[in-house]
Amino acid sequence: MSDHKIRLTVDGGPVSKTVEARQTLGEFLRDGCGRTGVHLGCEHGVCGACTVIVDGKAVRSCLMLAVQADGTEVTTAQGLAAPDGTLSPVQQAMMDEHALQCGFCTPGVVMTMTALTAGGARPTEAEIKAAMSGHLCRCTGYQGIMRAARKLAGVNA
Amino acid sequence: MNEMTQAARFVGQRVPRKEDRRLLTGNGAYTDDITVPGMLHAAFVRSYIARGTIKSINTDAAKALPGVHAVYVADDLRTLDIKFLQLYSSPTAPAPAMWPLADGRIAHVGEPVVIVLADSRALAEDGAALVEVDYESEEPVVTLEQARALTKAIHPDLGVKPADTMIVPSDDAMAETFAKAAHVVTGTIRHQRQAHSPMETRGVVAQPKGTGELTVWVSCQSPHMAARYLSEAFNLPAHSIRVIAKDVGGAFGLKVQLWREEVAAVAAALIANRPVKWIEDRLENLTSANQAREQEVTVKLALDADAKLLAADLEYHSNIGAFPHGIGANALGMMMFPGPYRLPRLSVNANAYFSNTCGEAAFRGPWMVESLARETMLDVAARQIGIDPLEIRRRNLITREEQPFTTCMGTVLNWVTPRETLELAVEKIDVAAFRAEQAKARTEGRYLGLGFATYVEPTTMNMGGVLSSEWAQVQVEPTGKVTAVISTHSQGHGTETTMAQVIADELGVPFNDVSVFEDDSSRGSFGAGAGGSRQAVAGGGAAIHAIAILKAKIKAIAAHLLNASADAVEIESGMIRVKGVEEMTTSLASLAATAYFETPRLPPGMEAGLTAQYRYSPPPFVFSNATHACVCEVDRDTGVVKILRWVASEDCGVMINPSVVEGQIAGGVTQGVGGVLMEQIRYDADGNPTAATFKDYLVPGIFDMPEIEYCHMITPADNPGGFKGIGEGGAIIGPPTIINAVADALSPFGVRTLDLPLSPPRLLALMDGAEAK
Ligand code: FES
Ligand code: FES
Repeated sequence: MSDHKIRLTVDGGPVSKTVEARQTLGEFLRDGCGRTGVHLGCEHGVCGACTVIVDGKAVRSCLMLAVQADGTEVTTAQGLAAPDGTLSPVQQAMMDEHALQCGFCTPGVVMTMTALTAGGARPTEAEIKAAMSGHLCRCTGYQGIMRAARKLAGVNA
Repeated sequence: MNEMTQAARFVGQRVPRKEDRRLLTGNGAYTDDITVPGMLHAAFVRSYIARGTIKSINTDAAKALPGVHAVYVADDLRTLDIKFLQLYSSPTAPAPAMWPLADGRIAHVGEPVVIVLADSRALAEDGAALVEVDYESEEPVVTLEQARALTKAIHPDLGVKPADTMIVPSDDAMAETFAKAAHVVTGTIRHQRQAHSPMETRGVVAQPKGTGELTVWVSCQSPHMAARYLSEAFNLPAHSIRVIAKDVGGAFGLKVQLWREEVAAVAAALIANRPVKWIEDRLENLTSANQAREQEVTVKLALDADAKLLAADLEYHSNIGAFPHGIGANALGMMMFPGPYRLPRLSVNANAYFSNTCGEAAFRGPWMVESLARETMLDVAARQIGIDPLEIRRRNLITREEQPFTTCMGTVLNWVTPRETLELAVEKIDVAAFRAEQAKARTEGRYLGLGFATYVEPTTMNMGGVLSSEWAQVQVEPTGKVTAVISTHSQGHGTETTMAQVIADELGVPFNDVSVFEDDSSRGSFGAGAGGSRQAVAGGGAAIHAIAILKAKIKAIAAHLLNASADAVEIESGMIRVKGVEEMTTSLASLAATAYFETPRLPPGMEAGLTAQYRYSPPPFVFSNATHACVCEVDRDTGVVKILRWVASEDCGVMINPSVVEGQIAGGVTQGVGGVLMEQIRYDADGNPTAATFKDYLVPGIFDMPEIEYCHMITPADNPGGFKGIGEGGAIIGPPTIINAVADALSPFGVRTLDLPLSPPRLLALMDGAEAK
């Protein structure tokens, strides 16, 4: 077991910590950075609950080691709302469309949708749904997620 | 059709959920989010054999690993007197002896054998990997067929016999009915084993506090039930245990009661006198958490020449694994078989068997086998008799005029609309247009199918015991804001929102002024929480009763202060008005301030403050009902089923929040579809689970479901608010609906689709086999 010093940006703030080589990014964000909104649903890359944005790309934080995030910029669901509490467009669409129940899958879903729509990008509804096929939700039957996808794609906006 | 009598402001609205802001911003508080000072992390060593004995355990290397604090085997927990309670067992079923860690005998793969406590989860797992356990393995009893053979005892203390049996006897008259019936239809439906798979696995943080006091965060369906369970299991005074569960990431029956791992973690915390956290990983969840639905039922129906039901006979067998949460032969499932139909006679022979597999747990609509068996067999009967599946339903469904209707099992149905929801679904689908499309598709070698299924669901069951009542306390704070503490609970049900809607309307205050708390066993009184679709009826009923008391008090105070008659006082939008005297209007906040801080101004002898509580005992059953319809296509080349349309035509009485209602239906349907098309817990011949990850245990994804079309009917029951439960219905009726659609699609092949799951290989084999003939 070896320890490594890493420096990165998490939700806009600098973080500098020593991590074990075997620690996943997901564990590090939860235990080392207080980002408990990063949920670990399977820890084998299937459920998508752990998704965060690393340097602009949606990433499964259970499949990436913390050391690999050295020097990167990481965004979690805890870093999306405005300082005054205004929800991001993705978060607002999810709320408007009742796209969550227990909320466990939700931060991951939000991060994938956020990465797809970043910088004003308008993916098609089909593209958003295709990306959502990498997320498991056991509560909603994806109904609200489909509606939120449509809204974000601008079809029914 | 809309029988909603009362004009409501928040009830009936698609109010955005209060829960969502914290959950969308990653600020929920699930069990794994809790960290307490000095906390140790637990990992289990689990059995890799399915049946046998433990010859020896060597924990030396694990104990020597730096960072490991304790390694406990079964004997190390003996300082505590731990009892396991099966909360929902049948009264006739004896329970096996249980201990948190395997105590000499092994009854299934995954049984916890050793618990390791360390500074981190990773170190605890390192320690667990160093434990050496030597087993003497025996040939296990794995399948339902093997369990039914009753060749050897799973639990030596219980001997070789079924775990439970439930009989409703037949008689000569019934035998004659079958002998003389114009039509006798027989079939066997087999449901494979399913895993609840909540996205948040099980987990617990136990923090001992001083002498015998304990705070426990646990992923559960009721903090009160969990506290009661622990106090009885550890023989500790009820209020020495405080259970907190703010956010729970789904449960579906799995988290109704704490089981070996949670109890072992609490025991370890008490013995080590340190806080202990255990968070189940997905491998453990799919291989060691209790499972559900491994059952088969053989149905024999007698019908007259008009296809009217005369009698039914059921033979039911279920594999309930080694350590089920409740031991029973699904008596409720059997009793509910008549459903919304005129069925004059029913006989039952139901048996449950232990096996060397994971134990059973209730799963969303644990009695759903009744709808599964009845609705699939009605379609088989219709095809055999040569009439439309809709027609057989129309001839046998009870109507509103026949209610109250007592079924042959003595259940009283009232305020249900099975026939009406069926016709609504038929209309929505446009059956004639579909049949034309289906015929055309068949000429192109494409197989479309349409299936219907109808049910009534006994919600909010009050069958005595812990299900007898729920409790609510509603309080106007000195600020005029309203807080309610309710003994129900949510694992995604949204009761912080729906209960606030009910309270806002009943009390006459703005929705945003109401906060609802259900998360802490020490903040309120006992209740069974979530389970059996009870929150709206039982929690809502308790709140409505409490508010009636509170309103009477507010009116009495207002009348006294304003020198008016209490009957003339109205509460609306947080303001208090005296009818016809506008200038007397005052705010609830100022009246509350008086009630708390200017008590001499209150009516003489009145208790200060503005708090009311009520413990409400709901009716034995409040029935909701629905008809679902599904259009699907079965791919001839791949065997894949694509669902093209899904119609849910339902009646859950007064809908508090239609979006929450629809969310419950959709989630249940999706789990039911998963159970029919893809989800399967499998064991090999040695009893090893072989679906141990989400790559092997497939749950539905976004492309497996269409957008559901809803038809809502609102027929209030006579309970306060007119609500009926809706949490489980989708999971009950989803399976027969999709099975009937697939059966319709494959009708040209003349095959039956009653062996689940209807996976692509199975459907391909059915189609190939039929064509080969
Ligand atoms: S926890 Fe990372 S994909 Fe499931
Ligand atoms: S909302 Fe519960 S898993 Fe998606």
